[in-house]
Amino acid sequence: MTPVPNPVRFRGTDSYLTNEGLQAAVNCALTLQRPLLVKGEPGTGKTLLAEAIAQSLGQRLLTWHVKSTTRAQDGLYVYDTVQRLYDSRFGDGDVRDIRRYIKMGPLGEAFSAPERVVLLIDEVDKADLEFPNDLLHELDRMRFRVTETGDEVAAKHRPVVVITSNNEKELPDAFLRRCVFHFIDFPDAELMRRIVAVHHPGLEATLTEQALKVFYELRAFTRLRKRPSTSELIDWIAVLKSQGVTDLKLDENLPFLGALLKKEQDLVSVAEAFGRGRRPRA
Amino acid sequence: MFLPFFYELRRRGVKVGAQEALALAGALQAGLHDSSLDGFYHVARALLVHSETQLDTFDQAFLAHFKGVETAGLELTQELLSWLEEARERQDLSPEELALLEQLDPEEIRRMFEERLREQQERHDGGNRWIGTGGTSPFGNGGFAREGIRVGGKGGRQGAALMQAGARKYAGYRDDLVLDTRQLAVALRKLRAFARDGAPDELDVDESIAATAKNAGELEVVVRPPRRPNTRVVLAMDVGGSMDPYAAVMSRLFSAASHATHFKELRIYYFHNCVYGKLYATPQLTGGMTVPELTAQVGRHHKLVMVGDASMAPYELSIRTDADGHYKADGLEGLTWMMQLAQHFERNVWLNPEPMGTWRSGTISVLARVFPMFPLTVEGLGEAVTHLTRGRTVKGVAARR
Repeated sequence: MTPVPNPVRFRGTDSYLTNEGLQAAVNCALTLQRPLLVKGEPGTGKTLLAEAIAQSLGQRLLTWHVKSTTRAQDGLYVYDTVQRLYDSRFGDGDVRDIRRYIKMGPLGEAFSAPERVVLLIDEVDKADLEFPNDLLHELDRMRFRVTETGDEVAAKHRPVVVITSNNEKELPDAFLRRCVFHFIDFPDAELMRRIVAVHHPGLEATLTEQALKVFYELRAFTRLRKRPSTSELIDWIAVLKSQGVTDLKLDENLPFLGALLKKEQDLVSVAEAFGRGRRPRA
Repeated sequence: MFLPFFYELRRRGVKVGAQEALALAGALQAGLHDSSLDGFYHVARALLVHSETQLDTFDQAFLAHFKGVETAGLELTQELLSWLEEARERQDLSPEELALLEQLDPEEIRRMFEERLREQQERHDGGNRWIGTGGTSPFGNGGFAREGIRVGGKGGRQGAALMQAGARKYAGYRDDLVLDTRQLAVALRKLRAFARDGAPDELDVDESIAATAKNAGELEVVVRPPRRPNTRVVLAMDVGGSMDPYAAVMSRLFSAASHATHFKELRIYYFHNCVYGKLYATPQLTGGMTVPELTAQVGRHHKLVMVGDASMAPYELSIRTDADGHYKADGLEGLTWMMQLAQHFERNVWLNPEPMGTWRSGTISVLARVFPMFPLTVEGLGEAVTHLTRGRTVKGVAARR
């Protein structure tokens, strides 16, 4: 694995702000041509990172959403037996050509693409425990063999692989060793202000300050089951903006709290904690 | 050059190896670190750390290893000098002071600073010459010099490696617990068994081909129900008192079991020391159901996993209670309730965190005759799982004599 001599450096995009740690991780992955494993709280922009990389490199993005039933084989190729059986009965097309019934999965598609692409393997931890192990060889060598035809699919240009994980399952060591790892921190108030400015340009400064203040107060509130994250803040501000809210205070009358808190218990506990004492005496 | 750092990391438990060393060498060769310690910190962190639980260890190792390097490197000096150019002027200066300052043009300050860097050997605070804090020297921070070089401190260049490593903001992610949850999860995984039931909606390719061939080439599609996990588990854990020292290993087991997706059903109950007619839904011993209710609800094919140290005062095994756990003179003894459980479930095990050497005496030896007992370790769990998937247990009968 020889490093690419002069790779394009990733510096984030107009709408995706990064920090040095993240840039270093992405550039390591690009230069060393290793998969980039991204972890972090939900809503900190793990999936968006792949889009940002694709955008800044000007390359096509392929996405593979992993589900609990996904097998490693699905990512490589699927042999469509049903179609072939069907065609053999009704005589549409040449059933002797088995290649017509081999459908490439996202990984196979990325390998056989004529140009370099960005491949996002989203939420790798959703799948079975053995799933990452089954992909070790393919991600390492960037090639695999189609058993049905004996053809070998080898990547002409090693794709940029971005893997995200929500930490629902532990990933095997052998898999981790092959990846460049980055943990996306929760943005501090300063970075968050810039993120909000990127998504809602021209938002009134006082509203931004108030919204951020309420947001960080809510995050510091330890009784929450699910703490609000960046994407929820962006959504919430969008709602506030469209409804013309200008003044915010953390109490039981906080508008559109549902955009920030997604669990009913959380809404109840916030109402209890911040509404008490202010409740009008009936 | 960074090999000693590798051994520092390994000593602290971040298992880096030759693969990481080669990757880092490749990255440095490609100049990814921009010849700065700051860049090196980020590149090394991306390549050497594989989990957020190790980030804190990495920061500590980095701090310990590179402390003192911060003023030595020439490249770093360049970085320090670049801060000088961004230095702001103060507004409230008298003309005399300004005139004085004129003498210190940036070039002059830069030269002086380099000189000081070479000469300075230790920390200096409150002086007017050395790089330090709280003084009138142009260098350092928290001082009163008009213009100068801020070295470190709040408001300095954000993200300078040692400052960032020093902040140790990943301490919260340290979770030595989680480290071998995967091993436990892999052991539990052997417990799974699949069965085909439900609506037939999966194509049986082999059968379809066979049927089509038999049908002289007329297409005959055969479908079958999909394979689904078919293991049902009842997990009962001893909490409180003598179990407190084992809280860590218990929560590891709990997280491995509750994250396992290959169980069709997983019921988790709690008890304290001995089951007295009732299994509780929470570790605080509230809710839950009585043993007769449980045995009525779940079948004999559920697998029962009891976890506890089985150590208690001998009389506790013979306290008579009713099904609600209240003392009653004509109720059943604690041991009898346990035997009822053992007899209802064809396959049951007891996982014990106590070392095996202590099992031959006390209440452990009694309960070991009711339940097949295995140590609560990764190996023990593996053996227990093998036992659960094999034959039925007849121990409960044997202990009844």
